[in-house]
Amino acid sequence: MNEKNKAILFNPLSKDNPVTVQMLGICSALAVTSKLEPAVIMAISVTAVIAFSNLIISLIRNSVPGRIRIIVQLLVVAALVTVINEILKAFAYDVSKQLSVFIGLIVTNCIVMGRLEAFALGNKPWPSFLDGIGNGLGYGLILVIVGFFRELFGSGTLWGFRLIPEAFYEAGYANNGLMILPPMALILVACVIWIHRSKDKNLQEK
Amino acid sequence: MNKEGNTYTLIYSVVIVVLVALLLAVTSQTLRPKQAQNEAIDKIRQILTSINLSSTNSNAEQLYKEYITDAYLVDAQGNRTEGDAFDTEPAAELTKPEAERKYPVFEATIDGNKKYILSMRGAGLWGPIWGFISLDDDKNTVYGASFSHEGETPGLGAEIEKPEFTKEFIGKKFFDKAGNFVSIAVVKAGKTVQGQDYVDGISGGTITSQGVNAMLKASIGAYEPFLKIKL
Repeated sequence: MNEKNKAILFNPLSKDNPVTVQMLGICSALAVTSKLEPAVIMAISVTAVIAFSNLIISLIRNSVPGRIRIIVQLLVVAALVTVINEILKAFAYDVSKQLSVFIGLIVTNCIVMGRLEAFALGNKPWPSFLDGIGNGLGYGLILVIVGFFRELFGSGTLWGFRLIPEAFYEAGYANNGLMILPPMALILVACVIWIHRSKDKNLQEK
Repeated sequence: MNKEGNTYTLIYSVVIVVLVALLLAVTSQTLRPKQAQNEAIDKIRQILTSINLSSTNSNAEQLYKEYITDAYLVDAQGNRTEGDAFDTEPAAELTKPEAERKYPVFEATIDGNKKYILSMRGAGLWGPIWGFISLDDDKNTVYGASFSHEGETPGLGAEIEKPEFTKEFIGKKFFDKAGNFVSIAVVKAGKTVQGQDYVDGISGGTITSQGVNAMLKASIGAYEPFLKIKL
């Protein structure tokens, strides 16, 4: 893997992060991060969908007419997600039951369309595939960070396991109800952005 | 051919739409039988969950045969009628006039005691929610419950299918002391209600919790004549 591809794969994890720098995919970051488990499932699914839709769009990029490119992109993403869901339903029903609620959220995730439009339409298939993986992981990273804090302080659990002992509750500790409501996800994402930018001066707007 | 021309654009869109439609149709058709089988097993597992039995995909059918001793339909007057309880979809029944609806009842025998399993269907925030609830042989006290949903928000409304929520129902009663059907209320955590049993709803899943509340009232309410026939 040469330097350029490495940058394509790893930049989205930090200085090109889709959520904290490109400001994409915020809405789904609010929806699925109240617990850690759905956040991880969503991260994996989105990574797979961006990578493969990037690959397909990149393969047909030279034939797509400019005026209907957005519709073509949407069609590819929607078809891909539906076919994957149908296959899971037939061969891994339990996984599909978990995922089916995410399907709508994946199709409408702006990162998917954003990467297709910004990268896949102008690059070769292999870099496009890497770009998809990188952006999916960058998105997943933020989801996991936010999900970790929301579940820990909102429900006192992590991945469904109780972490804050009963004794704390008896001593008067209470779960923070605000944590499981969507606004807290925004505040946490903002905190991540704040820390990220104070560490990386290049990201600060002049 | 000019790639940005009208003809090319038109032909391109027709071709790609037809291709995608074919792909989807073929996938859906070839996988349908396998999916239907999975759905049936899933339904069996939900029924088993409502009588507090945990199952796997492989042993579900065997457990079902072992525990479910009878399955039949009851009509709006509570009388037993003809029909297959397992294949009766509550969603399809809801489209019929009230007097013609039939409701499935499954009887399970656990340690020599008879349990009645009733089917429910309602609406959550994003789509349908459904479930099964099992009652002791007094046709009043809840023995177990299971809920399922199509697309409730993960981590919020979707929590209704977790045992933390369903086990709250155990021991609750649908009828008050005077024998009137009052249902079981789902309330905001910490709130109370007078005159009926209640369980705590899901915090952050208010609309879904209200959906469960309405579903219990409507779906179990439909069984009222049947539940009032005491043996």
